[in-house]
Amino acid sequence: MRDVAVIGIGMTKFGELWERSFRELVAEAGIEAIIDAGIEGKDIDAMYIGGMSSGGFVQQEHVAPLAIEVAGLEDFHIPSTRVEGACASGGMAVHQGYIAVASGIHDIVLVGGAEKMTDVVGTEATNVLASAADREWEAFFGMTFPGLYALMARYHMHKYGTTPEQLASVAVKNHYNGSMNPKAQFNRRISIEDVLASPMVADPLHLLDCSPITDGAAAAILAPVEIAKKYTDKIVKIIASTQASDTISLHSRKRFDALPAAIHAAKNAYKQAGIEPKDIDLAEVHDCFTIAEIMAIEDLGFFERGKGGKATEEGLTSLNGEIPINTSGGLKSKGHPVGATGVAQINEIVSQLRGEAKERQVKDAEIGLTHNVGGSGGTAVVHILEVV
Amino acid sequence: MAVPRYWREIPARYNLIGNKCTVCGNIYFPPRAICPICRRKSFGKMVDYKLKGTGVVESYTIIHVPPPHFEGEEPYIMALIKLDEGPYITAQIVDCDEKDVHIGMRVKATFRRIMDDGEKGAIYYGYKFIKE
Amino acid sequence: MPSFPRMVAIVGYGAYIPFYRIKVEDIARIWGENPKSISNGLGIFEKSVPSIDEDTATIAVEAARRAIKTTKIDAKDIGAIYVGSESHPYAVKPTATIVAEAINATPYMTAADYEFACKAGTAAIQNCMALVKSGMIKYGMAIGSDVAQAAPGDALEYTAAAGGAAYIVGKEGIAEINETVSFTTDTPDFWRREGQPYPGHGERFTGEPAYYRHIKNAANLLMEKMGTKPSDYDYAVFHQPNGKFPRRVAKMLGFSKEQIENGLLCPVIGNTYSGSMLMGLAATLDIAKPGDRIIAVSFGSGAGSDAFDITVTDAIEKYERQNVRKMIEKKKYIDYSIYMKFRGEF
Repeated sequence: MRDVAVIGIGMTKFGELWERSFRELVAEAGIEAIIDAGIEGKDIDAMYIGGMSSGGFVQQEHVAPLAIEVAGLEDFHIPSTRVEGACASGGMAVHQGYIAVASGIHDIVLVGGAEKMTDVVGTEATNVLASAADREWEAFFGMTFPGLYALMARYHMHKYGTTPEQLASVAVKNHYNGSMNPKAQFNRRISIEDVLASPMVADPLHLLDCSPITDGAAAAILAPVEIAKKYTDKIVKIIASTQASDTISLHSRKRFDALPAAIHAAKNAYKQAGIEPKDIDLAEVHDCFTIAEIMAIEDLGFFERGKGGKATEEGLTSLNGEIPINTSGGLKSKGHPVGATGVAQINEIVSQLRGEAKERQVKDAEIGLTHNVGGSGGTAVVHILEVV
Repeated sequence: MAVPRYWREIPARYNLIGNKCTVCGNIYFPPRAICPICRRKSFGKMVDYKLKGTGVVESYTIIHVPPPHFEGEEPYIMALIKLDEGPYITAQIVDCDEKDVHIGMRVKATFRRIMDDGEKGAIYYGYKFIKE
Repeated sequence: MPSFPRMVAIVGYGAYIPFYRIKVEDIARIWGENPKSISNGLGIFEKSVPSIDEDTATIAVEAARRAIKTTKIDAKDIGAIYVGSESHPYAVKPTATIVAEAINATPYMTAADYEFACKAGTAAIQNCMALVKSGMIKYGMAIGSDVAQAAPGDALEYTAAAGGAAYIVGKEGIAEINETVSFTTDTPDFWRREGQPYPGHGERFTGEPAYYRHIKNAANLLMEKMGTKPSDYDYAVFHQPNGKFPRRVAKMLGFSKEQIENGLLCPVIGNTYSGSMLMGLAATLDIAKPGDRIIAVSFGSGAGSDAFDITVTDAIEKYERQNVRKMIEKKKYIDYSIYMKFRGEF
């Protein structure tokens, strides 16, 4: 196994990008990463593109060669693979790229993720997203994605006393961080009262407890550390890349107060990196809903089970807290173009570890973690990165 | 979506027919091809098992933003229900005030219209739950 | 002499009424009518409303399941299921197969939907009786179920309700059906054309030449055939399009208030169309004692009446009865806007 580094990152602005097509987003993120890495397109040996449902959102499958075409790389005939794991598609693309480079099969790999979600009307977007749940036994009966997380939220509240205010504090913090991220969908700071006064989507989750519908793409260039040294002095190494699974349906899981797949992926990631949760300086976690961040920081071992809400409320996960979570604004404020999210998380951690995060820079950040979840927890991907 | 997809699930959706692993005795709903405990030993040894349709609410939500097939029905209650035989199920709770639903509430299955394929399409029926 | 003495019986029954009710006064207010005069005129105070996810099939299934549960027979022994309704969810595709599948009676059986306005359910009973008597089937299930439609603002809107009842017919049971007769003519008092959402009707023409004429003739024919008079019956049940008609027809025929009171459900649930007389009969069986004699007469616009002469048997003592009246008490009131939402008018 070779050590793998991230040598380039790129992402589009996230948001409701009415004038931009799926193809344009893919092209922009890819080119930005290539330029950032200081490589040329012809240097790329393979591509892995994460996307949840280009079929559902823009009626376009077979997007791996489409990405080759928009990048103008068809003459090289390199392999390009689409990776799908609902909202974890991006993280899975990174994981696939990591395996390809670490194994020695490919040297320079472009990993990316893209989703164009605003080309369908809102209820159709809800419907496409619901296909990340169990269509036959959850969605068929009227279940929605926010609904599944609402079930977990209610359960967590009942079991641990987590409050609506604590849930809201996740959104407030993430909007604060996102206000300093020029690529974020929302730059507006919000209050606990704003969250609680926003309309209910799936009780107890309000509109401002939910990540938005977003267009966007993100990319990263991976290379073996030995090759990376040719391109950069500040090497950001991937010291762990893990993926885990669980049942697609929530009702078939062993527990509802946590995501067992995320616990498993995190445990293996810490083992692979040879570190412990306390060694992590910052993390980008999958806050598709506020409850998801609370469970994430518990699943990742940053806080005791049931204490995630309180920790957030007390500011322990704020930019200058004990462990800053979602400095980018997270899915909540930065936006959640589902297939792009896992790669966008890598973008944020790399820029933090390089010391390029400007206003939202975490001081002395050396080790960062990403936590990307598919569906209601059927898939989880964890990456740990370290600047060397 | 064409009808066969719905038609083949009628036993489970009308009558809560799950299945049972004859090796370990565990009961599953929805029915599973392979028991996750016994795995290969269970293959071909899963038998139909009719659930009573009674259980208790483990968690619930009130859906205010529904998917396309459920537009016009909101708000409605969706719950995670632990059936008395063990399996958990995701289902609507109907004929129940949103203020009355609570964790620990006993419920039983009833037969309702779930959705249709538009005015010209087929109608799909199945289980929902009411207060016991 | 009865044509087939002591050979066909009601084995058991099940009724279902939706949870929701709307008061007549709430409907009257929308149309600027005086609630008191409407209530007095129609003899009805409130009606049942199907929830947004209920239809004739779901009501029929619930009623059928209760019938199976209380009779404790094996559903696979049911050889025929007929569902009578004027609001089948499909124009083509039977409701009866949905019921058959939902009670696990399939596949070795026959099934069909019936339509004869409000008497399709009793037509189903007659057919089950014939199949049982001939030995073609062991048990038959006859269901009357409706989610009645009425145009907003039409007089029918005050009464058009939802509900249903299922009867299992066999050789012996809780009540023997001594005889049944019908009186049928071509009388267009009420109709709904193919593809139309709401029925049309002949207003006051629905009374004398339709409801009264057919019920009186069928009841008199039955009593003549059986050699009985009104006082020979402990209970009488008539189709209940409103609270007034059944009371008046009872009086015309010579039945007392006491004989009809318990089976008169229309004032509190409205007109459940194909379910109407069958639910009234269910409420009567709920309280009947062995040996009690019941006359039950349906009416279906178009028009016809089926009359039944029934004697309750000793088996009713051990039978787990429904208590339709108690079921009716389980309810929640909704206002006119929720009522319209449930009807899918928005």
